[in-house]
Amino acid sequence: MPESYVPIFVFLVVNVAVAVLIIALSTYLVKRKPTAQKLMPYECGMDPFGTARKRFSVKFFVVAMLFIIFDIEAVFLYPWAVVFKDLKLFGLIEMVVFIAVLLLGLFYAWKKGALEWQ
Amino acid sequence: MVTLGAIVLVIIKVLLALGVIMTAIAYITLMERKVLAFLQVRLGPNRVGPWGLLQPLADGIKLLFKEEITVAGADKVLYLLAPAVVMVCALLPFAVVPFGKGIVGESFLGIPLDQFDLGKGILADIDTGILFIFAISSLSVYGVVLGGWASNNKYSLLGATRASAQMISYELALGMSVVGVLLLTGSLSLVKIVEDQDWIWKWNCFRQPLAFLIFLIAGSAEVCRTPFDFVECENELVAGYQTEYSSMKFGMFYLAEYGHLLLLSSLVTTLFLGGWQGPILPPFVWFSAKVFFMLFFFIWIRGTYPRLRYDKLMHFGWKVLLPASLVNVVATAVIYSLYLGGKA
Repeated sequence: MPESYVPIFVFLVVNVAVAVLIIALSTYLVKRKPTAQKLMPYECGMDPFGTARKRFSVKFFVVAMLFIIFDIEAVFLYPWAVVFKDLKLFGLIEMVVFIAVLLLGLFYAWKKGALEWQ
Repeated sequence: MVTLGAIVLVIIKVLLALGVIMTAIAYITLMERKVLAFLQVRLGPNRVGPWGLLQPLADGIKLLFKEEITVAGADKVLYLLAPAVVMVCALLPFAVVPFGKGIVGESFLGIPLDQFDLGKGILADIDTGILFIFAISSLSVYGVVLGGWASNNKYSLLGATRASAQMISYELALGMSVVGVLLLTGSLSLVKIVEDQDWIWKWNCFRQPLAFLIFLIAGSAEVCRTPFDFVECENELVAGYQTEYSSMKFGMFYLAEYGHLLLLSSLVTTLFLGGWQGPILPPFVWFSAKVFFMLFFFIWIRGTYPRLRYDKLMHFGWKVLLPASLVNVVATAVIYSLYLGGKA
């Protein structure tokens, strides 16, 4: 029901208000005495060297791409699951084919070493 | 007719719900410390108030008055935004969790209760409840990444990349395991899912045992609990993406963490343990009791298991949980259509 989104909206507004309030309180309530040492990024007691915004392993991008593929699969599965009773055998066979294709893709990525962390 | 009174009642209901959720989150932190302490044959916090009952309050006040440090070289806007994003994304999904049956009469103080779901034991009875929860709660990955990137600290960035890779990997298995439940219920609405489990043998944990197991494992990885707590793997990463956060900004991350734990327990209860269904006692009591049990279960796990290794965690998510959840979907569909065919 569209009118059910009204409480969600109210809840969102209240939550954002609480978050802003907390940040504002902790910003204005406390006296700050910053020193250079205090504001230094933590690196186990040593002065930080180099940049902190380093490049990271390409593995993480591979994971992100695989995630998108399978998340889209999940997006297709949800409405199918809801109307499963009406689709009967047709829906079942079609979805089994769909899932089988994606499982094949997963095994291909597996064999190609996309899921390894070495 | 939309009246002013109805809007006021909506606001009152929302504030009440938020108060209950916040108090629950505050006391989960105490419960976690107490239960862990008893598991390790210690006493746990017992100085502030009787049995340490005022400890969460003291912690909150302490955090609020701590000096707030914005680390040098931080991206100021994102650094502020990250904890707020994480906190809002942790609290917002509670809007669609049914905590009780529809209640009392037709009207309250002359205001009819049939508008804005006022008479229902849920803030917003939308048809796409589960989709809403997954949509909002997966947004909190943004907060984690932003927080780690903005704090100009190598540990934070490493922790954030690890955490986000872990969260998105396990979100797949989490989402797929729910499909089995949706198949049996034929609805995305959490209210309908609960109403469908009206007898104990119709609880989804018995009808969908594999999905239940996958949901528990993937869920505790999703909220980064031990054995999957690589986010704050303290002997490698100090405190992960939270390293440079102090004062109430750290408090917000902390609140969001336990908010996610509470949300996970409520979801397990709603999807698999029959939600508020139960005999004799009022629905809300049943719901709370089941959520409480699940919270205890997750703390118990934390007190029992050591942390995995990161490569093993990713292997487990992609090579075991994801295929298993897909197989569960297919198996459920086949068996269910056989059952339907036998009935027709």
